[in-house]
Amino acid sequence: MILSAIAFYVFAAIIIASAVLVVSARNPVHSVFFLILAFFNAAGIFVLAGAEFLAMILVIVYVGAVAVLFMFVVMMLDINFVRLREGFLQYLPVGALVGIILLIELVFIVTTQVNVPEVLAISGAPTPNISEVTNTHALGRLIYTRYIYLFQAGGLILLVAMIGAIVLTLRERPGVRKQRISDQVGRSRSDSIEIKKVSPGNGI
Amino acid sequence: MANFWIDWLAPFLIIVAQILAVALPVAVSVAFVVYFERKVFAAMTLRRGPNVVGPWGVLQSFADFIKIFFKETIIPTGANKVVFLAAPVVTFILAFIAWAVVPFAPGWVIADINVGILYLFAVSSLGVYGIVMAGWASNSRYPFLGALRSAAQMVSYEVSMGFVIVTVLLVVGSLNLSDIVKAQETFWFALPLFPMFIIFFISALAETNRHPFDLPEAESELVAGYQVEYSAIAFVLFFLAEYANMILMSAMTAILFLGGWLPPFDIAPFTWVPGPIWFILKIVFLLFVFVWVRATFPRYRYDQLMRLGWKVFLPFSLLWVVLTAGVLVFFDLLPQG
Repeated sequence: MILSAIAFYVFAAIIIASAVLVVSARNPVHSVFFLILAFFNAAGIFVLAGAEFLAMILVIVYVGAVAVLFMFVVMMLDINFVRLREGFLQYLPVGALVGIILLIELVFIVTTQVNVPEVLAISGAPTPNISEVTNTHALGRLIYTRYIYLFQAGGLILLVAMIGAIVLTLRERPGVRKQRISDQVGRSRSDSIEIKKVSPGNGI
Repeated sequence: MANFWIDWLAPFLIIVAQILAVALPVAVSVAFVVYFERKVFAAMTLRRGPNVVGPWGVLQSFADFIKIFFKETIIPTGANKVVFLAAPVVTFILAFIAWAVVPFAPGWVIADINVGILYLFAVSSLGVYGIVMAGWASNSRYPFLGALRSAAQMVSYEVSMGFVIVTVLLVVGSLNLSDIVKAQETFWFALPLFPMFIIFFISALAETNRHPFDLPEAESELVAGYQVEYSAIAFVLFFLAEYANMILMSAMTAILFLGGWLPPFDIAPFTWVPGPIWFILKIVFLLFVFVWVRATFPRYRYDQLMRLGWKVFLPFSLLWVVLTAGVLVFFDLLPQG
């Protein structure tokens, strides 16, 4: 018990510290590294809470794919570090406002759950006993039965976003020579080779 | 005080001993895998390969290691020092922590966790960070190009690998690696899921940056890709990690498709051989295929690599997921869990 408490505080402290460093690091690439560190420790907290499926998905999806693409883009940016800090005071009020609203909402959610216990009863399906099923099974049973429409709607939204991104960036460029594998495979001997008899001294 | 020993220290020491019992043989076997690769590659190109150090040259890798260990580690002045030195360490650690969940025989596993296959997938998808960090921190052109290629390549092939794993999970009904092996007692999954076996193995080649997909370090275009600026022990860490990753990917393929520690037939002469030996034999066979592919095929061009990943493997594996699920539901074969 005491070990998991220590582990929790270590993970939580590292998350908060690295989250602060994400916004305060001078170099954007370092920011991405700290973001990855924060993701990792969040996965650690999920494992402590017994949600090992969520922990692994967090690592696979966010660390293994999303953050890689982040880094891919950030590394290729041509960044002027001095220019980057210029607008700081200008954006501070907006950022602070958003942060404060989020904080108030978080406090609100936590306090209602503590003060008004009836909220918990209507908030969702009861959690199955962890000792009976693994949490992967438990999640699957809920997502694919009770929440199937919401789950599918979420998938559709992502699909639309993906198609939108493709539509926005796709442009026809004339004069680009692309390899057409089907054409290459479909070529036959008679299309590409012509054999001529050359009589000596005449040429073709 | 006695409680302290029994409750804390003894389990801790047992865990450390287990970790050493897995990590040390893997680290030593890397040396022999390098030797194995050089010998097989030499035989395929009608050469002799290493034959001077030790009997038949078996000690060649150790001689190489001792030599490179005494070289100077050079850090470029333009490099980002912390990230530059962290990159090989990250790669090396990631290559080894995955072994925590690999089962060598029934019960022979350090951590028999519920989501073992996801853990393996997560760790193998992190391998890209070592390369990207190395490429960026070197502050040099060739390493950077290698790192960018690597990032795109590994993310692309992970997608189809994920779908291959999903088909296996559909058949097994569990994410635990021991359960996956036990589910293959009647027949190995390489038989009913043969196309997925091939796709998984090719994706494993791309994921470990091996030939014919070794674009991050393509020596004819990028000198040595992300490894250009590395020397001495930092380079050794990359090298060890690459081969440890090869062994890991072979182990993963063996567990998912070739029945892990199970003998090919459950009859007398095959069951005499203990499970871990079967497992190692399967890993060695797959490593041989790794080398065989390297000796046989020319390197893919970058656009062809991307085409293969996104336009061939992804639709095909997606189709196979739907097909497998359909067959399982239609014949009422879904595992009950």
